[in-house]
Amino acid sequence: MRIRGSVSIDWQLVVAAILLSLYGIAIVYSAGQTDIPTYVAGVWRQQLLWLALGIAGAYLVSRASMRMLEWLAVPLYISTILILAYLLFFGGGGGTAASTKSWIVIGGMKLGQPSELAKITVVLMLGKLLSASKGPPKSLLDLWKPALVVGIPWLLIIGQPDLGTGIVFLGIFFAMLFWSGISWRLLLLLASPIVSLILGGVTQLWGSWFLLLLALVIWYKPFPWEGAVFVAANVLTGVVAPLIWERLRPYQQARLKTFLDPSIDPRRTGYQVIQSQVAIGSGGWFGKGYTEGTQKRLSFLPAQHTDFIFSVVGEELGFVGITLALALFAVFFLRIIRVAERASDSFSSLVAFGLLASWFTHVVINVGMTLNLMPITGIPLPFFSYGGSFMLSSWLAIGIVVRIAHEGRGGRHAAGMV
Amino acid sequence: MNFHPNDVVRRARVTVFIGAAIMLVLMVAFFRTQIMRYRQWVLQAEGNRLREVPVPSPRGTIYDRNGKVIAENVVGYTVSVLAQTEDSLRGTLGRLASKVPLSPTQLDLAVRRFRRAPNRPTMIFSDASFRVVSVLEEHRVDFPSLIVQSGPKRYYPHGSAVVPFVGYTGEITEAELAEPRYAQYRGGQIVGKLGLEKEYEAVLHGREGSRFVEVDARGRVVREEGAQERKPTQADSLQTNIDLDLQLYTASLFGDSLMGGAVAMDPTTGAVLALYSAPSYDPNEFIGGVSFAYYDSLRNNPKRPLYNKAVQGSYPPGSTWKLATAILALQEDVITTDARMPQQCNGFYYFGDRAWACWEKAGHGNLTLVEAIAQSCNVYFYQLGLKLGLSRLVVGGVQLGFARKTDIDLPEETRSRFPERLQYFNERYGPRGWTTGAAALNMAIGQGDNAQTVINMARFYSALATDGMAARPTIVKRRPERTRIMNLTAEQLTDLRGAMAGVTAAGGTAASAALSGTVLAGKTGSAQTAALVPGKKAVCDDAWFVGFAPADDPRIVVSVVLECGGHGYLAARLASEIVGKYLGVKPVSRILTEGND
Repeated sequence: MRIRGSVSIDWQLVVAAILLSLYGIAIVYSAGQTDIPTYVAGVWRQQLLWLALGIAGAYLVSRASMRMLEWLAVPLYISTILILAYLLFFGGGGGTAASTKSWIVIGGMKLGQPSELAKITVVLMLGKLLSASKGPPKSLLDLWKPALVVGIPWLLIIGQPDLGTGIVFLGIFFAMLFWSGISWRLLLLLASPIVSLILGGVTQLWGSWFLLLLALVIWYKPFPWEGAVFVAANVLTGVVAPLIWERLRPYQQARLKTFLDPSIDPRRTGYQVIQSQVAIGSGGWFGKGYTEGTQKRLSFLPAQHTDFIFSVVGEELGFVGITLALALFAVFFLRIIRVAERASDSFSSLVAFGLLASWFTHVVINVGMTLNLMPITGIPLPFFSYGGSFMLSSWLAIGIVVRIAHEGRGGRHAAGMV
Repeated sequence: MNFHPNDVVRRARVTVFIGAAIMLVLMVAFFRTQIMRYRQWVLQAEGNRLREVPVPSPRGTIYDRNGKVIAENVVGYTVSVLAQTEDSLRGTLGRLASKVPLSPTQLDLAVRRFRRAPNRPTMIFSDASFRVVSVLEEHRVDFPSLIVQSGPKRYYPHGSAVVPFVGYTGEITEAELAEPRYAQYRGGQIVGKLGLEKEYEAVLHGREGSRFVEVDARGRVVREEGAQERKPTQADSLQTNIDLDLQLYTASLFGDSLMGGAVAMDPTTGAVLALYSAPSYDPNEFIGGVSFAYYDSLRNNPKRPLYNKAVQGSYPPGSTWKLATAILALQEDVITTDARMPQQCNGFYYFGDRAWACWEKAGHGNLTLVEAIAQSCNVYFYQLGLKLGLSRLVVGGVQLGFARKTDIDLPEETRSRFPERLQYFNERYGPRGWTTGAAALNMAIGQGDNAQTVINMARFYSALATDGMAARPTIVKRRPERTRIMNLTAEQLTDLRGAMAGVTAAGGTAASAALSGTVLAGKTGSAQTAALVPGKKAVCDDAWFVGFAPADDPRIVVSVVLECGGHGYLAARLASEIVGKYLGVKPVSRILTEGND
């Protein structure tokens, strides 16, 4: 049975995504139910509108073949870079830090956050690049191009500054390298400077890490040149880390400090994460009831409709509600892994996995943040956090995944039904 | 990319494994937070949203002996703020100051209160006027963290007339909070500061109730939380021995000009019928915090209204103490009531190298003890003092209770000044700085190192008025306590009372104080003291009268001192008015020449 132009739909994936979106909007609605009403009370309607727009967009995207997307990758990527560069100079404020320039503002209207769409175009571009060669990157020389593809937008976004999205880009980068089949030794070497950067603040920690790395490199001698370069890079980042620390803005420093110990300043910087834990913890098994969360109602919970929306889930629907949300995410992720596994070609496979990495990083960092397992970086929870650009871009990405599923094994297209 | 299907499947497995591991970590973290540490977080969430607002308990009503109200509660308004931080408190106060008058001192006070108890509502106005309350209610929306609460407020219907014994209340101070007796108290509560209010704090306080309000993150009151409300318990009332009519009358006798203290009590039970100190002040001004202007005017008043002249002020008892000399001499069998002294009174008594004067320059002639008391002859008592000797005067005086407090139920009572032993004189003047004879002469007529409170003289005379047992003065009704302080025969006591009756009889030192239909017995006295003239060194005479009536069956003892009152008979006239009011008799209006003592 073949209907001309129709696309077979991975219903498990789409239903999981729709359920997540509706769950999310229900929580956005609840987030607006405060004792002293604010503008948040009405944002669920807009979110619903964005969802409709997103689903329509996803439908359109799913009509485009992967070959077309592969062809579009370069122009899309270049225009992304241009927009991000434009934002550095003319971007508008919003979010946690008013100085963040992540918004396109025309005539005073905040139109959207292009960095959300940048995640998709970077995935497409990286997918195109990595799929171009037969094997995975085998040396540092092979890596400079992928590093550049992610590095340029990454620097532009860090410059906004938007630390959270920057971390997501790293997640995408490492995940797609992994999916391309890169040697795990090279991947570890590649990741080692980041470890140095994190440990650089404490000399003893960094010292032990460095000795361990040196021993491993000498013992295995995996990539002699790369080994030497990354040992040097570790030295560099270890030295630079304290300098970067000093260059960080006070609110960024405070966030990292309170991540280590929220009680050092419970009234100010530690406030968010403490109140989030209070909200989640006081939810218990079944929560305080939908829209009844006291922490949220009385505005003790900060950013309850954006960054800390998952705390509302925990407070009002309890452990059961949390489990339900995470289970839906798990279904969603498992379906995408399956899609990536069964993709018809390496480009599609890489794109699916890159999009998965993007969502997964968001979920882990955002959810981890509400329990102080992760520092507060201000990245939204897919399908839950209020925000039009992210809802739209998530659904556009779902459109791509649906298309990949359609073209891949198990999809109608691949089964020779076209 | 390596797109070999086997490799892809392997990588997918690794991905699922790592992803599942991370999700599991998250689930465990949520389980720990929501299930295992649930109680802790619930407590914190409740602590976030609920604020306890104390509901003060009405203080116990204080009644007089006839059930008339001395102290009660009326409805007052308190205004407090629920602040999260000192900064937000300052912000609210700043905005508040633009709506209602708020002095810088009130601001400071509020900030200090907040620092002491940041989780309790910070009191801004402990007694807000109706105008302030209505202004604030009008701007309710602008001040969501404000709590305007109506509650009991102390009120004294007869303010200045009763303050000398009833005292007043006020907010507990930091110093008081540190005392063990206030261990159960918290900052912001109202306690008795003086008088009965302080003495019977435990009875009058009652138990504070509390209610809870739900607040949001900025301390705005969102709603009342009725479930956990605890009603305050009304304190027990206090029944006193005070006769309010007599008290008011006593206060009116002093008027605005006189300065001094007066006590009226029942000699057989010690029940205090009236206790007044003049000039007085309005305790209602102290409720909810006294204004600096009013307090300063009291502090700078040379007549010292805050100084209780009935229980704090000590005055040389002068001739009123001659009864003590007489009693000691009779007890020691030195003389009898009709004994005469070797030297008759010619206006002077020569002892040592100087002449000791009698107040009657013309001299009293040859007198018996009874006559000497009625006419207050110094010369007679000089000789009696010498006969008795200083040692027996001091030891006996201590036994009569002149070196102790009466233990009246007022916290501000001070001990009267009297040498507790002979050693005192050596300590005070040095071993060669005094002579026993001169000291005995002075002591015999109630001068020298002897200053008695009005209440202590009343206690002493209560023994004279009865069978030699002194009653402990009590304001609040309770079982009478009496102590034998003298061992005189009934005849001796009757003779002494007769002598004191002579004081108000024609020819006595207070003849004008006589009452018609009953006999007021007593003794006048006057003693030189430094006058209360600021900046000047001046002296004036404090006038005393201590007595009782009816002389043959005393029902009331009165002790009166008039600072700078001049002559004792002035105090006696005041005392006779008090007695007359109590016994329902009128003073005899007769113009007589009276003694100077």
